[in-house]
Amino acid sequence: MTQVDTFTGNRGLDIEEKLIFEQDSPGHCGVDLPEPAIDTLRLGGVKPRARVGLPGLAEPTVMRHYTRLSRMNMAIDTALYPLGSCTMKHNPRLNERMARLPGFADIHPLQPVATVQGALELIDTLAHWLKTLTNMPAVALSPAAGAHGELCGMMAIHAAQEARGEGHRRRVLVPESAHGTNPATAAAIGYTVDAIPATADGHVDLAALKAKLGPDVAAIMLTNPNTCGLFERDIVEIARVVHEAGAFFYCDGANFNAIVGRVRPGDLGVDAMHINLHKTFSTPHGGGGPGSGPVVLSAALAPYAPISAVVHDADGFRVAEHVGRPGAPQHSFGRLKAFHGQMGMFVRALAYMMSHGADGLWQVASDAVLNANYVQARLKDVLTPAFDNGYCMHEALFDDRALKDTGVTTLDIAKAMIDEGFHPMTMYFPLVVHGAMLIEPTETESKATLDQFIGMMRSLVEKAKSGQAEWFKGAPYHAPRRRLDETGAARRPVLRWTPAAPLAQAAE
Amino acid sequence: MSTIRFTEDHEWIRVDGNTATIGITDFAQKTLGDIVFVELPEVGRKLAAGDAFGTVESVKAASEVFAPVAGEVVEVNEELTGEPELVNEDPTGEGWFIKLKLADASAVNALMDQAAYDKHIKDQN
Amino acid sequence: MRYLPLTGDDRREMIAAIGAGSVDDLFRDVPQSARLPGPLTELPPHQGELEVERALGAMAAKNVPAGSVPFFCGAGAYRHHVPATVDYLIQRGEFLTSYTPYQPEVTQGTLQYLFEFQTQVALLTGMEVANASMYDGSTACAEAIMMANRVTRRSRAVISGGLHPQYRDVCRTHADFTGFTLDEAVPNPDGVEDLAGRIDDQTSCVVVQNPSVFGHVHDLSALAEACHAKGALLVVVVTEVVSLGLVTPPGEMGADIVVCEGQSIGNALNFGGPYVGLFATREKFLRQMPGRLCGQTVDADGKRGYVLTLSTREQHIKREKATSNICTNSGLCALAFTIHLSLLGEAGFTKLARINHAKAVTLAAKLAKVPGVAVLNDSFFNEITIRLPKPADQVIDALAKRRILGGVPVSRIYANRPAFADLLLVAATETNTEADIDALCAGLSEVL
Repeated sequence: MTQVDTFTGNRGLDIEEKLIFEQDSPGHCGVDLPEPAIDTLRLGGVKPRARVGLPGLAEPTVMRHYTRLSRMNMAIDTALYPLGSCTMKHNPRLNERMARLPGFADIHPLQPVATVQGALELIDTLAHWLKTLTNMPAVALSPAAGAHGELCGMMAIHAAQEARGEGHRRRVLVPESAHGTNPATAAAIGYTVDAIPATADGHVDLAALKAKLGPDVAAIMLTNPNTCGLFERDIVEIARVVHEAGAFFYCDGANFNAIVGRVRPGDLGVDAMHINLHKTFSTPHGGGGPGSGPVVLSAALAPYAPISAVVHDADGFRVAEHVGRPGAPQHSFGRLKAFHGQMGMFVRALAYMMSHGADGLWQVASDAVLNANYVQARLKDVLTPAFDNGYCMHEALFDDRALKDTGVTTLDIAKAMIDEGFHPMTMYFPLVVHGAMLIEPTETESKATLDQFIGMMRSLVEKAKSGQAEWFKGAPYHAPRRRLDETGAARRPVLRWTPAAPLAQAAE
Repeated sequence: MSTIRFTEDHEWIRVDGNTATIGITDFAQKTLGDIVFVELPEVGRKLAAGDAFGTVESVKAASEVFAPVAGEVVEVNEELTGEPELVNEDPTGEGWFIKLKLADASAVNALMDQAAYDKHIKDQN
Repeated sequence: MRYLPLTGDDRREMIAAIGAGSVDDLFRDVPQSARLPGPLTELPPHQGELEVERALGAMAAKNVPAGSVPFFCGAGAYRHHVPATVDYLIQRGEFLTSYTPYQPEVTQGTLQYLFEFQTQVALLTGMEVANASMYDGSTACAEAIMMANRVTRRSRAVISGGLHPQYRDVCRTHADFTGFTLDEAVPNPDGVEDLAGRIDDQTSCVVVQNPSVFGHVHDLSALAEACHAKGALLVVVVTEVVSLGLVTPPGEMGADIVVCEGQSIGNALNFGGPYVGLFATREKFLRQMPGRLCGQTVDADGKRGYVLTLSTREQHIKREKATSNICTNSGLCALAFTIHLSLLGEAGFTKLARINHAKAVTLAAKLAKVPGVAVLNDSFFNEITIRLPKPADQVIDALAKRRILGGVPVSRIYANRPAFADLLLVAATETNTEADIDALCAGLSEVL
């Protein structure tokens, strides 16, 4: 039990904060609104609602409440966040300033097109950057996140095959190491998922893949670089055999940061690839979202892209919002989302791209890969790299062999990292590696930060090997909360605040 | 005298005449960790041998449970809805999952007995 | 380059420590044919903030911001006033640059606001439980149908003619690819339809928007009973969430699943995204609900805390058997929603709703007096459908030239419906002044 010797339970700047519902000041309001002159209700006979049940709070209370909550969060702005495959790079505030320009933030998606030419120009410009960086002829911009982009790409593939009379292709090949969204997406559209094993050195097993190809295979979904942090060196051959078998190549672009500006997925034979703007292009993670997952498409798939689509012609910019209208993808599979896409994230991503330029993006990939390899090189004598590949790409993958017989698990190491002021790396993913630790520093970390991180990891491994398992089990000690009971949370879910029963009832 | 048998996927089945009770073994519950939820089939559902009839979930994983032999579901353990921890605490007793009316009681004989199952676990490790 | 901290010396030291000759060596697994020789020449080189601001500012200046003119566009996205506090708080680095709270010990900030958000959504919708948000209202609507299909084990959804056509289109896309069917009622600007007659024992759910896309407000209690009598679920869609401060919530009308577009609270118009989908349902359907969930628990010291829970529904565990492929939620937009709603509170939120309705009442009364204009709605919250004597899109373009954004032509959101050519959707919120409404009426008088 951690001892707290204060009256309030607070510890200096670390403050305990109740829920807003527990600070209700009935009748209070943090917004001054005029009294409406409302003599008639035109609700069609529907009764006006009696009560919502929201708490009343003044503005200072709200400000303090959320400020205090924010201080319980680790963030890129405060610490290295080496989450593999998440690309936790610096989120520039220029992006925020640009996104908040009234000309971008205060425009309605359905106001006349003549009044939003600049917005459409921005979207078109972003599309140009994405197509050029990937050497792909088309891009669908409406998906709201990576998983949504996967859905978009797979739907386009499905539609293209139906159109060719190949609707009997119902099998999708997915590496065992894939992110869960890949099989979930394929299954959501009714495909059967067939897992491809990995080789001993962490790459897709090309021979196994070839053996699994057949006339009933619709597509392969590959991540490249893969979830083990390695570039699939057989990728050109993979694309070739997949295409030969009449199937499509979907690429999960979550790890694009490793190659952006240096390698173009279109040159590798990819047919569709989603790009996570909130990873590679620095739009903020925001505690879980919003994201944006545009999908670049090959010439074969472009006609099947979803609407809305921004069109640039002699008269200026327009939006094609209906299937079959001029400018819409010729055989569009339909609409994935209302309106036009995550405009707020488009502005941020374009500000980032323009800031870096082609030379800056080249350097981004170079430094991202350099940083990850530096971490791997300086830790591989104390932690076991999962695969014997020599170099990695933008993330270094270790397994837990080094912790064998110590009684300390990957999870314990992660919790101890928290006390040291670092966010843990990705744990237990990819599933194909035991006790996986996937470390992605990104290019926006200095060598000094990496050296501190490396030193810290070395000390934790040493501590683990010196019989201190019990200490590890109690970590973290210095975070706003100790380890939380996730079992209890799942067994008896409490998913909302409810008012306590009135005393009279309790007494019965 | 009831017969108890085991499957390779770590289900146990205890046969009394023409009905059988099915659950997961102690080894299974240890491997899964704290069980937080058990999904059970509807009474009346007919199962073939090897059919998935439910799932058992821990915080970080979900596993399917398979019918060792064919039969019709005649009872499910309602207690598990509110107390999934029974599976951890008493996997072969109060943590039972379903009761089947067996299509063919002799089908059970093809499954592993206690000695064979114990060896199976040892070999897995 | 200002975002890249490594120096030339750093890079040299690090390459040496790695034991490679150069950074290019690290890319050795990339096929030679795919290695670019240098930075792409088709794209410009790096620029400072000043240049980027200039370029993007020029693009922004070509747009007409809603706040700069009399503005009456709705049709699923509404302009409300967001208090200054909201934007300052969501830009705190600990909120803006944090990740999904997978390490709960150091993300209690995110988890606690998600718990508050879930509670607020349940209260607003009158339902028992809500998730930690979806991408937006339209995708949440499609997810609701798929959830109803799972719960009822049926695969036909009845769709009201009053559902926003873009929401309907998203549902159609999922239906086409996932293999369920939609029984669509004809779009009904007059607000009249018989949905109960379409329900049979193959119906998984009836999807109805309230207020409808044409603005009509209905009591759905009878429809809820008709659904339940046949074992179907009632899914209610709310695109203007401020209406929940005045209109009886769907939960009290018998809804089984409620999905909303939450943009109206805390979030700017943003040309259509990012928005925030709200999703609420009954406790008994909890395990079929898609999306993230935040639950209350205790830590090793016995202190109350919060964690993401019931994760086994989700893609990272169930993979191909997941309830949905969704991974991201709408995090920061949900936070903005929570903060704005906390500022409003009971008194403010209900008052805001009444102000919106009052503005629309005034708007309807004044528009009805413009020669040639007919108001179709008997009932509405803050948006109405009017019939014009000319095609609405021409009228809107003419108004735009007079610097008035007068609404959304119904033909903009419906393809191939010539009968709707003269219909216009007009919304009013607390941001509209009397002068705005008068300007719209004067503009219409000139243009019609």
